[in-house]
Amino acid sequence: MKRFSWFNATSLTLGFAFLYVPMIILVFYSFNASKLVTVWAGFSTQWYGELFRNEEFLNAAWVTVNVAVMSSTIATALGTMAAYVLVRAGRFSGRTLFSGMIYAPLVMPEVITGLSLLLLFIGIGLDRGVLTIVLAHTTFSMCYVSVVVSSRLVSFDQSLEEAALDLGCSPFEAFRLVTLPIIAPAVISGWLLAFTLSLDDLVIASFTTGPSATTLPIKIFSAVRLGVSPEINALSTIMIAIVTVGVITASLITKQAAVRQARDERMAERPA
Amino acid sequence: MRRFILIAVPYLWLVALFLIPFVIVLKISLSDVALARPPYMPQLDFAAGWEGFQSFFAALDFENFWFLTTDDLYWKAYLSSLQISLTSTVMTLLVGYPIAYAMARAAPEWRPTLLMLVILPFWTSFLIRVYAWMGILSNEGLLNQFLLWLGVINEPLTILNTNTAVYIGIVYTYLPFMVLPIYSALERMDDSLLEAAEDLGCSRLSAFWLVTIPLSKNGIIAGCFLVFIPVIGEFVIPSLLGGSGTLMIGKVLWEEFFSNRDWPVASAVAVILLLILVIPIILFQRNEQKQREAEG
Repeated sequence: MKRFSWFNATSLTLGFAFLYVPMIILVFYSFNASKLVTVWAGFSTQWYGELFRNEEFLNAAWVTVNVAVMSSTIATALGTMAAYVLVRAGRFSGRTLFSGMIYAPLVMPEVITGLSLLLLFIGIGLDRGVLTIVLAHTTFSMCYVSVVVSSRLVSFDQSLEEAALDLGCSPFEAFRLVTLPIIAPAVISGWLLAFTLSLDDLVIASFTTGPSATTLPIKIFSAVRLGVSPEINALSTIMIAIVTVGVITASLITKQAAVRQARDERMAERPA
Repeated sequence: MRRFILIAVPYLWLVALFLIPFVIVLKISLSDVALARPPYMPQLDFAAGWEGFQSFFAALDFENFWFLTTDDLYWKAYLSSLQISLTSTVMTLLVGYPIAYAMARAAPEWRPTLLMLVILPFWTSFLIRVYAWMGILSNEGLLNQFLLWLGVINEPLTILNTNTAVYIGIVYTYLPFMVLPIYSALERMDDSLLEAAEDLGCSRLSAFWLVTIPLSKNGIIAGCFLVFIPVIGEFVIPSLLGGSGTLMIGKVLWEEFFSNRDWPVASAVAVILLLILVIPIILFQRNEQKQREAEG
């Protein structure tokens, strides 16, 4: 039995208050009638209305979602391949460099990643816009995907794959029918991680974009530099709501999947 | 053949979009600034053949790095980034450890929920989490209103646009990175060790100090690196919460590039920043490896 003292209760309460109160305040003031964010002047949803009439924000949101969907999808494919190579391909020349290139972007400061990619795009004369942001986001988020997927690949029983091969599957079929379903939760969480990273990124997008494409974080950043604005509070509230619903749904789904898997495993273990 | 494609596709992608860009940064850091497009010299002239290469390499030098040492701004920015990272890592540890500890002590059926509550802010936009503090810390902000109302202060405190605000922002946004590794170390801890220590005459506090802390050491180290390394290159927090007195190298690099348009110096700043980061990164990797070996 673990001891749970008043000290623990206090640190949990204070800790979670610290994490959540700022966001609750942000949400609260998005419904403020006053333009002044710190003075409460009654309930109103006018800032949401203004937000939805603001073409610039809507365009930026559309660009951001497009970039995030494209880059996270490519990153998931590449990252899963990279994870497979790291865990299963054995030795090949240049393996150290390969794993180095997978792990380095995780610790690379964003300003450096952004700067270096921008210099590359200028060097090869690629017009900066949606395409260059997608390329940049894919590159750093594929590394996160491959870390998530490879941790799942390491823990899974390779004899299952071998059994499929023995039973006449081609390597690709074995991957599609055996490996992929088992690592699917990791692939999905890798995609979600890549998607959020892309949605959230300000620094790398600022470096690699051109005048033709503005993402939501770039727009938010230039707006909040001038100070707090109720419109940004409304936008933040919408984003917080989407993330909260998404995370809770995802955790319920994984919980259900875990329960189902435990049940299936029990069934499989039962002697015939 | 399939194996070859499987390796080649992600490999070439990373070489083209990670390795080569970095080589370009290195190259431009050795070039000179020029009033041209692109704004640096020399350009590699393929048409001139071997002589082109020769004159190209002859024109590269360490002038920009030399410049970084002569101007106070840069080394002060590096030092102050390191200092801010170090201080805020310690602060995050002091805030995060009790949270992780309490989570690991909570009833098992509560732990997944608590864990989700720690992870949830991590999925929320970083920018928005930093922005949330702007409204709280400003002169007319809620914190000042609250303190004035309490009567603790008579005049509003200036917190926004100072280093204090930067510290608060860093602790707030990086807290999950500290809590999660410490929690996972503490959760695996065998409680009977604490009971044994107390049976053998340890007080609760010394049992905590002699048993719990050493057993969570790997979590503490991992958490500290996960905060320390990214904070050094941080840009968003110092530029939104910090003031003109806040020197951080990420911000300097950004301004060098976007405001001064001095690409060679920006590249040199980036190269030095990476050299500084190499040491903590290697230490971090070694810690991770040791941990894996201890577990496996």
